[in-house]
Amino acid sequence: MAKSALLKSSIAKKYWMAFTGLFLCLFLAGHLAGNLQLLVPNNALNFNKYALFMTTNPAVKILSYVTYLSILFHAVDGFLLTYQNIKARPVGYAKSNPSANSSFSSRNMAVLGTLILVFIVTHMVNFWAKMHFDQNIPLQTITVEVMGQKQELYLMTNDGYMATSQVAKTKEEAAKSGAQVYIKNRTEFYNTQADVKVGEGYKDLYKITVAFFKDPKYGLIATILYVVAMGVLAFHLLHGFQSAFQSIGLNSSTWIPKIKLFGKLFAIIVPILFAIIPVYIHFILK
Amino acid sequence: MSSAKNININLKIWRQKNAKAKGSMETYKLDNVSTASSFLEMLDQLNEQLINDKKEPVAFDHDCREGICGMCSLYINGRAHGPDTGTTTCQLHMRKFNDGDTIFIEPWRSKAFPVVKDLVVDRSAFDRIQQAGGFVSVNTSGRTMDANAIPIPKEDADKSFMAAACIGCGACVATCKNGSAMLFVGAKVSQYALLPQGKVEATQRVLNMVRQMDEEGFGNCTNTGACEVECPKGISLENIARMNREYLKASLK
Ligand code: HEM
Ligand code: SF4
Ligand code: FES
Repeated sequence: MAKSALLKSSIAKKYWMAFTGLFLCLFLAGHLAGNLQLLVPNNALNFNKYALFMTTNPAVKILSYVTYLSILFHAVDGFLLTYQNIKARPVGYAKSNPSANSSFSSRNMAVLGTLILVFIVTHMVNFWAKMHFDQNIPLQTITVEVMGQKQELYLMTNDGYMATSQVAKTKEEAAKSGAQVYIKNRTEFYNTQADVKVGEGYKDLYKITVAFFKDPKYGLIATILYVVAMGVLAFHLLHGFQSAFQSIGLNSSTWIPKIKLFGKLFAIIVPILFAIIPVYIHFILK
Repeated sequence: MSSAKNININLKIWRQKNAKAKGSMETYKLDNVSTASSFLEMLDQLNEQLINDKKEPVAFDHDCREGICGMCSLYINGRAHGPDTGTTTCQLHMRKFNDGDTIFIEPWRSKAFPVVKDLVVDRSAFDRIQQAGGFVSVNTSGRTMDANAIPIPKEDADKSFMAAACIGCGACVATCKNGSAMLFVGAKVSQYALLPQGKVEATQRVLNMVRQMDEEGFGNCTNTGACEVECPKGISLENIARMNREYLKASLK
């Protein structure tokens, strides 16, 4: 009996909300550390190397699956809780004065959470899906001057180079144009004649990101929506961070003030740092 | 003390014939209310007026009228037990209101507290939660141990006493946007969990009381803290955390 109670009772649902919520806070911190590399000048290669690591390293893969599951569980559990809470008061009050006893964030966690979910989905379509599935994902190139002539080169993961002029997008194209190398499986360079792999390029997530926020038509609105979403996240965390500790039963007079302070700082600083990045890309980055 | 004066007020009160009837907010005018009277005395005055007018008086709960029994309720101007904090409705006075004010008076709203009539709700859900675990077993064979013979740390005894101050009024449920009863149940669980006498049944107590709470249809706590602000007895959120802790311990056993 005790075991099944851990899945369906009201308090058990709170534990799950709290654990998944706190795990997502850890995820946010990690994600932020990666994103902040976008603020470093001339850092495209390092950023793309980091992106490659994050999509291929087995340990990170496990973490990412835990993250997907956490988001899913947190959202489903959150909707379930909210549904039950609405049902718990079938007839509402003619007059109520909720601001007299509770904070805006605490009363609107479900709405804030739903907005975050919408953001996460669009965010994944814009970046995660491109990284994982886009067949025409750009590969990182650099431009060098060779004897007074500008030349574009693909950077390879083995630190080699490959002139873009020699590389065809597909095998068929290579057959037509006579290019020595063609691209297979989105990132792999193949020798056309021998049909053997000669190297691999970096998916240019940096370029995708910059292009997204600098887009002449949609860049500004994307930047604004991103900043708004971070505001929503800030309010969600303003209540959520400390709330999670109450949910799992931690409420000691020595720790709670510290947790509340840390939670406030986390809820304000993390979203601001996230939001600075698209603002920098859209308005400042040349 | 400023001297009392008389004020004229408008009342908007929930009227509902019985549990099945559809209720509605009705408006009443009440003149010459002394600011020295209590809120419930004001309702008594309204009822006299209604009876004189051959109308049905407003049903509302009350008993001790001194803040100890937990019988009075009322959601007044959007707040449980009215605008004051740390007081029950029976301790609220008309000096908190001004001439010409419109005062909203509604019953506790919760699926688990169905309206019986007008402002009276059925709070027996709380009794059933208490019956599910709000007790300790005491050996009454004649060799009962004197409670004071068991040493209890002062801090624990104080916290237990503070939790035991809960009068079961239900304001926490009424004010909670989720209709959650966790402050009440937290207080009832804590009052025993903190004492050696309560340890024997600790595991079953928290599991059973929470199960009963869920079955009654109360909502889930989202830690808004509204209950703590509106509780007339100052029951602290710490008690909900303690219940959550006890529940985790009990579930893992
Ligand atoms: C990165 C994203 C998110 C983070 C870091 C996060 C974090 C948190 C935290 C720490 C809590 C407090 C848990 C507790 O009180 O025990 C919480 C509560 C909540 N979250 Fe999220 N959350 C995120 C996304 C979402 C999403 C996508 C949804 C819904 C669709 C959502 C819905 C909720 C709801 C309804 C609550 C209140 C439940 C309660 O307090 O019991 N959250 N969140
Ligand atoms: S916890 Fe406070 S508000 Fe809730 S029933 Fe007890 S005394 Fe009333
Ligand atoms: S009537 Fe007893 S507490 Fe108000």
